[in-house]
Amino acid sequence: MIRGLGAAGPVMAVLLALVALWAVAVVPMNIRLALSQAERAGAAVVPEGAVARQAVPVWRLVAANTFAIPGTYALDRPRLPAPHQVWRDFSDNTFGRAVTSKRSLVYHGWVTLAAALNGFALGTALGILLAVGIVYARVMEMGVMPLAIISQTVPIVAIAPMIIVLVAALGVEGRAVPKAIISAYLCFFPILVGMVKGLRSPDTMKLDLLRTYSASGAQTFWKLRVPASLPYLFASLKVGAAAALVGTIVGELPTGAVEGLGARILIGDQFGTPVQIWSALFATAILAGAWIGLLNLVERLVRWRMGARA
Amino acid sequence: MSAVAAALAIWAAGWSANVWLARSPWHGTRAVRIAVPVIFGLTILAMWELLVRGLGVSPVILPPPSAVAARFAAETDILWLDFRQTVLRGAVTGYAIGCSAAILLAIAIDRVGFLKRGLLPVGNFVAALPIVGIAPIMVAWFGFGWQSKAAVVVAMVFFPVLVNTVAGLADTTAMQRDLMRTYSASYTRTLIALRLPAAMPFIFNGLKIATTLALIGAIVAEYFGSPTYGMGFRITTSVGQLALDMVWAEIAVAALAGSLFYGAVAGVERWVTFWHPAQRR
Repeated sequence: MIRGLGAAGPVMAVLLALVALWAVAVVPMNIRLALSQAERAGAAVVPEGAVARQAVPVWRLVAANTFAIPGTYALDRPRLPAPHQVWRDFSDNTFGRAVTSKRSLVYHGWVTLAAALNGFALGTALGILLAVGIVYARVMEMGVMPLAIISQTVPIVAIAPMIIVLVAALGVEGRAVPKAIISAYLCFFPILVGMVKGLRSPDTMKLDLLRTYSASGAQTFWKLRVPASLPYLFASLKVGAAAALVGTIVGELPTGAVEGLGARILIGDQFGTPVQIWSALFATAILAGAWIGLLNLVERLVRWRMGARA
Repeated sequence: MSAVAAALAIWAAGWSANVWLARSPWHGTRAVRIAVPVIFGLTILAMWELLVRGLGVSPVILPPPSAVAARFAAETDILWLDFRQTVLRGAVTGYAIGCSAAILLAIAIDRVGFLKRGLLPVGNFVAALPIVGIAPIMVAWFGFGWQSKAAVVVAMVFFPVLVNTVAGLADTTAMQRDLMRTYSASYTRTLIALRLPAAMPFIFNGLKIATTLALIGAIVAEYFGSPTYGMGFRITTSVGQLALDMVWAEIAVAALAGSLFYGAVAGVERWVTFWHPAQRR
């Protein structure tokens, strides 16, 4: 616990520095927009006219028009929203609305999380089954493993729009199924690789020991291979969780999605409201962080149940 | 129905050929290593072709591989144009910038213990985030051209490479570092002669993960605005026109590009880290 607190110091410092950098970057990023707005409102801007300003570097614009700096933090449609704008939008849409509201980030987050969890479950099951097959059947290892690797070099995003069309053509309503398929496709591979490594991690000595006990194949599997693979499983589950979220968000991006954090990003882009994109991005970050934190917790519980110290 | 029966027969034949090969005394040879996945892949393609034809699946839902191959052969110039825009300009440029920036920053972080303790957890966390989401922001900042795609790719590959490099630079034993000290080696000398080579397996691990991410980033960014060419653009418009053979041809290009990209990095890895146990044959 004390070690945890000691580690938090530098992390907080880095996070504060990042937010400070962000806050400073708002000025040069938005100065052109702010100056155009101020000029329309009748302020004296040097140099005059947006076209003339195109040729002037931003830092000179800032130096020549210091009066416009507060304006860069208050634009409706900034190129880079200020931290407090994102925070206001985020908290309005998270705490300020009923969770059933179509504008609530909690609602959209839940839509994304549900699809990602389905894909995660599917991908984990597939990955573990294939890994067991690969460990026990040489033909599976030789035939499936190379294709599994090739399957990952096919960018799923190339297939995503088509999976959505295909599933719709098969008569399945809604977006949940294609999103789950896409995230399962992305997350099965890390789990497959991790589990193959994990199930193979017991060395000959341990396998021989079980043979001297005349343990059956099933007993060797459940009492040696599975427990030995758990650290590998949890490491790859965390990678898989991140991949499942990417898959879901990508599944929500192609046009037509109306629900989910990916759709919020898409809609924010189409309606030119960057603040909305940014708050949806922070919502995905929180979602990913909570999910991985939960997996860490489960990992510790499992290790503790299995008799690991601390 | 006969086509379905033929498909099942081919499946049985391919599978038993593979089982025979895997159990045969030559299962360790290079030829068999390559033959098994190839037979497996060809079996799947043959089944796909026969099932699509035999069951009369509409080409709007799933075109047979022969139609995809025909389309591929007919549209090579368009496919090349898209490949150049998305892969060579977007993905590879972004990959090069992002990976080199990440490695350089990792070396800088490594010198400063405070930054290492502070940035590494943040980097680990960001590496787990769905960074593809920043694609619309980058398109708004850098325009519809390949620059915005490269920017998305930079952001996507940066953190995995950073985290892996920092972990790799820490992967020397006290004994090895002490040895360098007894040689009175300077920081730079130790870095070049000991720590960077020791970090290479980790760095390449990150670089390999980043190849897939780079292609994903470059394609997704095109969904948010692109010139009238590029793989992501072609896929979305072709899905809209129900020209699924064109979509599959683009997917084949993407798979080919992804495999070559990954293979190239893995090849360099084998050349650089020939000493590592994982590379010994």
